[in-house]
Amino acid sequence: MSDVKNLEERFQERIDDEQKIEPRDWMPDKYRQNLIRQISQHAHSEVVGMLPEGNWISRAPSLRRKAILLAKIQDEAGHGLYLYSAAETLGVGRDQLIDQLLTGKAKYSSIFNYPSLSWADIGAIGWLVDGAAIMNQVMLTRTSYGPYARAMVRICKEESFHQRQGYEIMSVLASGTEEQKAMAQDALDRWWWPSLMMFGPNDADSAHSAESMKWKIKRESNDELRQRFVDRTVQQAETIGLTVPDPDLKWNEERGHYDFGPIDWDEFWNVVKGNGPCNRDRMKARREAHENGRWVREAAAAHAAKKAARKTAA
Amino acid sequence: MELNEALFQFCLRRGDDTHVLSHRLGEWCGHGPVLEEDMALTNRALDLLGQARNYLQYAGQVEGKGRSEDDLAYLRNERGYVNCKLVEQPNGDYAHTIAKCFLFDAWHLPFLKAQLDSKDEQLAAIAGKAVKEATYHLRHSSEWMVRFGDGTEESHQRAQQALHDLWTFTGELFETDEVYTTLQQAGIVPDLGPIKEAFDRTVNEVLAEATLKRPEDEFMASGGRKGQHTEHLGHMLGEMQFLQRAHPGAQW
Repeated sequence: MSDVKNLEERFQERIDDEQKIEPRDWMPDKYRQNLIRQISQHAHSEVVGMLPEGNWISRAPSLRRKAILLAKIQDEAGHGLYLYSAAETLGVGRDQLIDQLLTGKAKYSSIFNYPSLSWADIGAIGWLVDGAAIMNQVMLTRTSYGPYARAMVRICKEESFHQRQGYEIMSVLASGTEEQKAMAQDALDRWWWPSLMMFGPNDADSAHSAESMKWKIKRESNDELRQRFVDRTVQQAETIGLTVPDPDLKWNEERGHYDFGPIDWDEFWNVVKGNGPCNRDRMKARREAHENGRWVREAAAAHAAKKAARKTAA
Repeated sequence: MELNEALFQFCLRRGDDTHVLSHRLGEWCGHGPVLEEDMALTNRALDLLGQARNYLQYAGQVEGKGRSEDDLAYLRNERGYVNCKLVEQPNGDYAHTIAKCFLFDAWHLPFLKAQLDSKDEQLAAIAGKAVKEATYHLRHSSEWMVRFGDGTEESHQRAQQALHDLWTFTGELFETDEVYTTLQQAGIVPDLGPIKEAFDRTVNEVLAEATLKRPEDEFMASGGRKGQHTEHLGHMLGEMQFLQRAHPGAQW
């Protein structure tokens, strides 16, 4: 018992000393489980996140926009791959993680349970959803687990391109025809609050926060990150002449931050529990892709086995 | 036929071939059988879209009426599209998608290699970039044909069925008409004889390794180059062109 305690103390000392934890290092079981949960949730989010954007590839309004959107979604598939690999360093296989997603045991970011209804939504997703994700991901480049931190460095570079292209779509629409402006404003109206919810519950109500902070998996709180996002994004909206849909939004000179209205946490929990506009569609799409791909994966495995057997025989 | 008109038509054909196939591959995005294949298909869709943009930009330039790549892609009707029918076929299962890509690639790569020697500098330059991409594409689709053919019984049957369904669309790849012969006489497009030989060689080798049967050359479909398509293309364009048509003149 005292050995374990010693290990835990030494582990915490390393964390406090800003040393990275690597796959072969001793770590408390709860640290491992917490990371597996978080990294796999992040990986699943990248993969499910391909769906609302993929919804507009075939309707992208110009060849250039179509190329950018394809490249962006391809990046997301790549992020999913690095993250599954990072999770695998903790001793859990990709198949197992995907199984947890498909059976509903593992979660993905709730934001992807909202529908992409117009081309402006592709702008809003890049600008707001990727913009909110970056706040979190920049913090995670300094997370205590080495493979996760390194995956995040690469991901952040690509995400900032995603955020810029989304904002560019919005700014072109906002200076376009009346219909295009209305499309942009409507997208901001629908995606604003769900984007603020992406940072998770308020600090006082966050289930995993305290432990994650102690272990430096997280380094800033949900509310701090959310505030930073609001401060930055409100100014960006003003620059292109769009209105953030929050009557309580006001610059607070004393705090040096924007004050903003209350978040509808009932909506948030409802979507988390499976009642968002697209939860069923997203899971159905993932399950179908997995089921329809089964014979393909089996063929690849069978061929590899035959090839290996022939090699041995020769 | 005037050389310039023939060149314009040829650029549209190549632009439409690559764009329409890219569009079909884009439909897989997020639905692939495994994440690596999702990426491979998106990658291929991007390569083909890049090639399409090169051809359509050049077509607009050759035509000289100020039409942009987007005008040509989004504002031509079904009857104005001149891609081969092979590329517009719906994705079907993964074996259909791969077989469609394989048959296209087996023709596309030797065609591009020959296009490197085109007397038209722009076409030679487009081929210079596209050859590298098409080399990778053919490797990818050939490997999957072999995995399917020499994989499980189910995958073998699916791949054989796909070849059977798509074979009728391969004849169009080797058709010549007035547009083609005009350009060939000017040294702008290659003799199709050696390209057909290369296609046959690739198909025979890969299918032999895959233990799949090469379908008989029976009836070959035609008409795509004259804008007479299967019913599938109209639906694709209806979706693809929706925003440009709904908001005439808007910038995106």
